[in-house]
Amino acid sequence: MRLSKLLTSALLAGAMMGAGVFAVSAQDELEEYKRMLADPFANPGWLYADEGEALWVTPSGPKNATLEQCDLGLGAGVVEGAYAQLPRYFADADRVMDADTRIAWCRQELQGIPFADSAKTAFSKRGKKSEMEQLTVYVASKSEGMDINPPMDHPKEQEARDIGEALFYRRSAKLDYSCSTCHGVTGSRIRLQELSNLTDQAETGAVMATWPTYRVSHESVRTMQHRMWDCNWQMRMPNLQFGSEAAVALIAYLNDTGRGSPMASPGLKR
Amino acid sequence: MAQAKPRVKLQKTATVGEVVVIKSLISHAMESGQRKDSAGAVIPRQIINKFECTFNGQPVFSCDIEPAISANPYIEFTAKVNESGKFAFTWTDDDGTVTTSEQEITVQ
Amino acid sequence: MKMNIKIAAASVLMACLSPAIAGEVDPARVEAVVQASFGELTPELQALIDQDETMKECSLHRDLPPSEVADAIIARETASIVYPADGVLMGDWKVAIKESNNGFGWRLGDDPAKTVGGNCTACHQLVSTEVAYGNLGPSLMGYGQGQTVDDELIKATYNKIYNSQSVLACSQMPRFGATGFLTPEQIRDYVAMLLSPESPVNQ
Repeated sequence: MRLSKLLTSALLAGAMMGAGVFAVSAQDELEEYKRMLADPFANPGWLYADEGEALWVTPSGPKNATLEQCDLGLGAGVVEGAYAQLPRYFADADRVMDADTRIAWCRQELQGIPFADSAKTAFSKRGKKSEMEQLTVYVASKSEGMDINPPMDHPKEQEARDIGEALFYRRSAKLDYSCSTCHGVTGSRIRLQELSNLTDQAETGAVMATWPTYRVSHESVRTMQHRMWDCNWQMRMPNLQFGSEAAVALIAYLNDTGRGSPMASPGLKR
Repeated sequence: MAQAKPRVKLQKTATVGEVVVIKSLISHAMESGQRKDSAGAVIPRQIINKFECTFNGQPVFSCDIEPAISANPYIEFTAKVNESGKFAFTWTDDDGTVTTSEQEITVQ
Repeated sequence: MKMNIKIAAASVLMACLSPAIAGEVDPARVEAVVQASFGELTPELQALIDQDETMKECSLHRDLPPSEVADAIIARETASIVYPADGVLMGDWKVAIKESNNGFGWRLGDDPAKTVGGNCTACHQLVSTEVAYGNLGPSLMGYGQGQTVDDELIKATYNKIYNSQSVLACSQMPRFGATGFLTPEQIRDYVAMLLSPESPVNQ
């Protein structure tokens, strides 16, 4: 997690409280605040993971079933380690899917909740939490410490990754930007926000390992599907659809580039 | 919609007189009452306005919480323990709802 | 420009190391994926995801076009430049200085009545008093200092902002005028911001 100085001072007025026997100088308070933020326990993302864990075993939807039989790639019902090995090709759906897409698919097949409904409510808004965010961060949290290692054996997995790479360099829309415009070099910065070089293994791995993340400015967990939508929106593109082939391809490319870094989700970001 | 239980982090054992760190995290939107909806109407305030901690029934720490505190409040504090017992935590919502949690500690 | 050379060097290095090179995936397949991933679109929104010739070539060559392609891009983009009807290419730097910090406009949901900002500070340093600037583009602080602000310089500056690829093929800088992001009248305000001796950029 990297926070800009600007963010740190902006948040100083905000969320955190600490009582007790700490020194009162401003610098000490700032260091204390940073320590509290770095404490994984302080991450509200864990509350979402708890909620996702409860949802996973709760009967729901027209079929009144749980998600416990969902096959995330490692066999029906295996949640641990699954996120680190996504996206991957699923024969039953005959397509490559990332975690979000696969969970939405399981909700449809096992619980009878239409994929389109999951897609529509996937991104929480004020006052309306998203079950998809809770489920996906729960699944991701169960890959903590495991290396990002999506399979690349099936031709469709390779194709998804290659399409993702082509999309990464695709210039379009009113600003003529591609992903590589901002994310193609180390050391780039837009305003005061550092930009990760997403063609570099270490920088990409550090990013992909910490998504899903709790986004403080959104007061919610966000997943990679949201990040892809959000980037597109900022780049003056139309709405990138949840679970679309382009979104999954980009995620496949990024996870392949970040391969080898250990998962650390939920992350904590601005 | 699932609502997570509050998370509390507290060591299970301590020595007499040890100062322990207690961390708490609770899910709550903490609507400040400052925001307006798309129609321009003020969204009513609804926050957790009080947090209390007792040990074996005795008050240890409490605070009044204001709208400046953002969603999913994280509260961390210390307590000196001299005997074994139970910490009880209470979060009080503006609408009167009280959420509680308890955790035991063995002190030798 | 320094930043573009840095990007260019990094891209060359990257092209040597990465296994998949530009063109390995059938571009038609990529386009089909794009078309299928944005749902139902109005013609206006459809135009956003469709690429023009220059975008296609820059994407294919990952912004390092061979010289004939680059020359063709520069010629094509130069031909696209439109000037304000009255031919005045220096506007009001006071407006532009304010809008250089404005990142608003053209996103889905942005109020079309509000001014679209050039958002220069997102990528460029402009004035010594603003520390929250990006480094994706070179510093423009003092751009007009020590320069003879003649018609040639004014026109070159206008051209660069209107269409950066009339100067550098596959530049990462948006073709603000050519894509319609900013109007010719807005662009001349930014020209003044960069060249006017009174502008904070040149203080």
